[in-house]
Amino acid sequence: MAQYSFVGKPIPKKDAPEKVSGAAAYIQDMKVPGMLHGKILYSAHPHAKIKSIDTSKAERLLGVKAVLTGSTIPPFKFGVYKDNPPLKAGKVCSLRDEIAAVAAVNPEIAEEALGLITVEYEELPALFDPIEAMKEGAPLIHEEHKTNVLKMPWKLIVGDLDAAKKEAAHVVEDTFRTQWVTHCCLGASGCIASFDTNNNLTVYSNTQIPYLAQKDFIGALGAFGLKNKRVRILQSTIGGGFGSKLDTYAYEYIAILLALKARKPVKIVFGREEEFFATSPRQCTITKISHGCDKEGKLLFRDMEMILDNGAYTSWGATTPSVMMLPISSLYKVPNVRYIAKCVYTNNTYSQAMRGYGNPQATFAIESSLEQLAEAAGIDPYEFRRINANEPGEITPQRFKITTCGVRECMEAVKTRLGWTGKRKQKEGRGFGMASLIHVGGGARVYNSDGCGTIIKIDDFGKVDVFTGSSEIGQGSDTVIAQIVAEVLGVPMDDINIINNDTDVCPWDVGVHASRTTFVAGNAALGAARKLRDQILDLAAAQLNEDPSALDIKNGTIFSTRDKEKNIALGKILRSAHYSPGGRVLVAEYFYDPPNENFDKEFKGNLSVTYAYGAHGVEVEVDKETGQVKIIKYVAAHDVGKAVNPMLLEGQIYGGGVMGLGYALSEKLVLKDGKLMNPNFLDYKMLTAKDIPPIEAVIIETDEKDGPFGAKGIGEPGLVPTAPAIANAIYDAVGVRIKDLPITPEKVLAALKDKEGR
Amino acid sequence: MKKEMRFTLNGEEVKVEVDPTWTLLYVLRDVLELTGTKFGCGYGECGACTVIMDGQAVNSCLLPALEAEGRSVSTIEGLAGADGQLHPLQKAFVEHGAVQCGFCTPGMIMSAKALLDETQHPSEDEIKESIAGNLCRCTGYVKIIEAVKAASGGR
Repeated sequence: MAQYSFVGKPIPKKDAPEKVSGAAAYIQDMKVPGMLHGKILYSAHPHAKIKSIDTSKAERLLGVKAVLTGSTIPPFKFGVYKDNPPLKAGKVCSLRDEIAAVAAVNPEIAEEALGLITVEYEELPALFDPIEAMKEGAPLIHEEHKTNVLKMPWKLIVGDLDAAKKEAAHVVEDTFRTQWVTHCCLGASGCIASFDTNNNLTVYSNTQIPYLAQKDFIGALGAFGLKNKRVRILQSTIGGGFGSKLDTYAYEYIAILLALKARKPVKIVFGREEEFFATSPRQCTITKISHGCDKEGKLLFRDMEMILDNGAYTSWGATTPSVMMLPISSLYKVPNVRYIAKCVYTNNTYSQAMRGYGNPQATFAIESSLEQLAEAAGIDPYEFRRINANEPGEITPQRFKITTCGVRECMEAVKTRLGWTGKRKQKEGRGFGMASLIHVGGGARVYNSDGCGTIIKIDDFGKVDVFTGSSEIGQGSDTVIAQIVAEVLGVPMDDINIINNDTDVCPWDVGVHASRTTFVAGNAALGAARKLRDQILDLAAAQLNEDPSALDIKNGTIFSTRDKEKNIALGKILRSAHYSPGGRVLVAEYFYDPPNENFDKEFKGNLSVTYAYGAHGVEVEVDKETGQVKIIKYVAAHDVGKAVNPMLLEGQIYGGGVMGLGYALSEKLVLKDGKLMNPNFLDYKMLTAKDIPPIEAVIIETDEKDGPFGAKGIGEPGLVPTAPAIANAIYDAVGVRIKDLPITPEKVLAALKDKEGR
Repeated sequence: MKKEMRFTLNGEEVKVEVDPTWTLLYVLRDVLELTGTKFGCGYGECGACTVIMDGQAVNSCLLPALEAEGRSVSTIEGLAGADGQLHPLQKAFVEHGAVQCGFCTPGMIMSAKALLDETQHPSEDEIKESIAGNLCRCTGYVKIIEAVKAASGGR
C-alpha cells in the first residue's frame, strides 16, 4: 500500500473554520446594493381556472417596485418536460402554483402587497391519487398533454420472464408503498438576480447545478427577449442540497423577471413553510413486485411495476425510474427482469429527486420481497443474500460492468458486528435485519457529458489555486479535492485554495448528483495536478541537472530521490521560471469525462465506471403493546473503493443513515387534497440528536482502479438500504411485515393485531 | 414606535433603536449585521438561531428584542479570541468533522456552549439533551456529539 501524506487521512473540512465562526455567507446572509425583495403569491386552489387577477392595489402600495402575473410575463416554460411556467396564467394545477409576484424595498412591504392582490377562481375537479388520475375519463391536469400519464416509457426487459416464472420453485408477490418526504435543507432556497447595464445576468444562488442552471437561464433570457446574453452563477455557501437544488425553479425565474422589470437586483428567499410546500420532494410510490428463485435459492426473476406520483409539473422526480433500474436489474444476480414504471400527473406538489434518486424506494421493495422469498424457500436470509450476491467481474443484465464489489465483505461486517448468529428467529420482540445496496460509484452518464473541468495555477510562492467546476454543498468536496492536489503537488493543505462557486472562472461540471463528485471531480483534479507537477519537475530537472522521473516534491521542496543533496524550494523554481526572459507562469487544466455509457433505447448500458456497494444491518426491539420500534444498534458497511478522507466519509454514512432512519420510521409529508398539512419541523418528524441510535460506520476498501487513489462515490448510498433493513428486523422480532413507509407504531400495532386475529 | 435599547453583546455594550415587534434575531442579523446566527424556521423548532442570553441558550427568533434590554447576549461571532483563535468548541467541531453544510453549526455550538459553561463533563445523554432543539440534516449528529464530548474533555 502506497504511503500518502494527505490521501486517506482524516483531514478537517477546509471551510469548517469559516462555518464554525459564523463567517460563511449563505444566500440568506447576502446583500447586493440597491437590492429589492421578492415575494410570491401561491394559488388558493389545487385545480382551478384563474378568472381574473387584480394587482392594481398592490402596484399602488408605497415601496412596491414591480408586480408580475402569468399574463404579464413572456410565454415560457421550464423544467425537464417544459411543462411549468414561472407564473401560471389561465389555470392552476396545484396549491404551490405561483400566480403573482411582487418586488418591494423590503420583505414586509412585498408581503403586504401580496395581500392586496385579488384573484377570482373557478374551481375544477382535482386529482390527488395517481391511480385515480390514470382512470379513463379522469379530468386532465394538462389538457394539451391529452393524458395524465407522462410520456416517459420506463420499461426494462431482460431475459425471458415467463419461462423463469414457470421454472421457479418459489415465488412471492406483494405490494410496497413509500411516502412523500422532503429534503429539509436547514438553509432554505433562495437567490438574488441582478442585471448589468447590458442586460447580462448574475444569479447569486445555492444551486447544485451551476452550469445547467446557467444554460436554463440563458434559455429563459432568450424567451424574455434578451438573446446572446451572459449569465454568471455565483454560489453562496450552500445550506444543504440532497437533490433539492438539482433543477431550476419558478422562484429563480420570477426573481429574474422582477429584476428585469424593476431594473434592480431582486432577492427571493423562502421562509420555512414555503420551503416545505413550495420545493419539490421525493415522490410517493406504489410498487408491485414478484420475485422467484430455484430450489437452491438462486434468483430466477424479478418483476416490478411501479406507479409514481409526479405531481402537477415535472422535474427530475419523473426520471428516478432510470436509477431505480439499477438495483432492480443488478442488486444481486438475477437473470430475468421486468420493470415498468408510470409517472402520473396529479394536483399535488411536483416531485424532485432526493438523495438516492429513486434507489431507496426501489430497494425497499426489493430487499423486503427478497426476505419473503428466502422464507418461502426455507433459506436463512443472510445465506440467501450470500448465494445471490454480486461479484467483481460480473456483467449484469442491464450491462453494468462490475469492477470492484465489496458487498460480501459489507454483509459479513454487518453480521459480525451485530453478533446476530444464533440470535435470529426468536420472535420475542428482539430481531435482526439487513439489506444491501448497489449504487453508481463512478459517475453516471445521464447527460451527454458526465464531465468536470479543473484548472490549477500556482503562484510565485508555491501557493495553489484550484478552480473546479464541482460544487461544495456540505459534503466536503473542497477538502477531498485539496487532498488530492496536495498529494500530487507535494504542498501543504493550507497552501491550497479551492475556488468552486463561480461560472465565470471555474470550468464546466454537470453538477452535484449521482454521488459523483469525489470520483469525477477528484479525477479531474488529479489530472490537472499531474500535468502541473510534470511542468514543475521539468523545470526543476533542468536546474538540478537530474532526470524528472527521479524527482519528487514534498512539503514544498523538490528533491532527487537518489541524491538528497539535489533539492530546491518549489517557490524558487516557480519564480525563476516567471522572471526569466520569455518567462512563464504555471497553469494546468484537465477535463475528466468518465468512460461510462448513456443508456440505449432499452435502458441498457454501463451507466457508471464503477458501482458502490454496501449493506446495513440493524437490531431492533419492538414493544408489542405500543408498536414502538427501538433501534438497539445500527451498522452501516460501505464499499467505498478508498476512503480519501475517512472522517468526512463517515460523515456521509452517518448523515445518510440518519436521513434513512427518518425515511423508515418517522418522516412523511402529509398531503390532504393537495394541501401540505405539516409544513414545519414540529409536525414533520426529522430525527433529533436524542432520537439517534448507536450507529457504527464500517469502511470497506476495494481499491477501484479508475477512481482517484482508488475511490468510489458515497454521497447517496448511506440511506438506500435503511428502511428495508429495519422492516426486515421488525419481521424477525415480531413476525409482522410493514410494507408501507414510514413504519409508525400505529402500523406495527395494527399489523400485530391483524396477525393475532388471523 | 421604536425604542432605544441597551444590552451587552459579545462583551461590549451596544445601543439600538428597536421596534417592539422585532425579534432578537432580526436585530442581530438585520440591524447589527451579525449574520452568523441563522434564520432556519422562525418559530423556534430548528435551533439555527440559538444564542446565549445570561447563560441560557435561547431561540433568538422567538425572543422579542426588547427582552434583551440590560441582558448579556453572546453570539457565534463572540466565541473566537481577540486574535481570531477559535474557541475550543469551535476547534473541536472543525477537527471532529462535525460540520458539513454548516447552516446549523453556529446554533449547535451555542447550545453546546451553554451546556459546557454549566456542566464541565456532561454525559452523552446531557449532550444530546442540550442539542435536541438544534436540527441538523447533514451529519446525523454523531460527529457533533463526538466534538462536544472532545471539547468537554469527556472522551
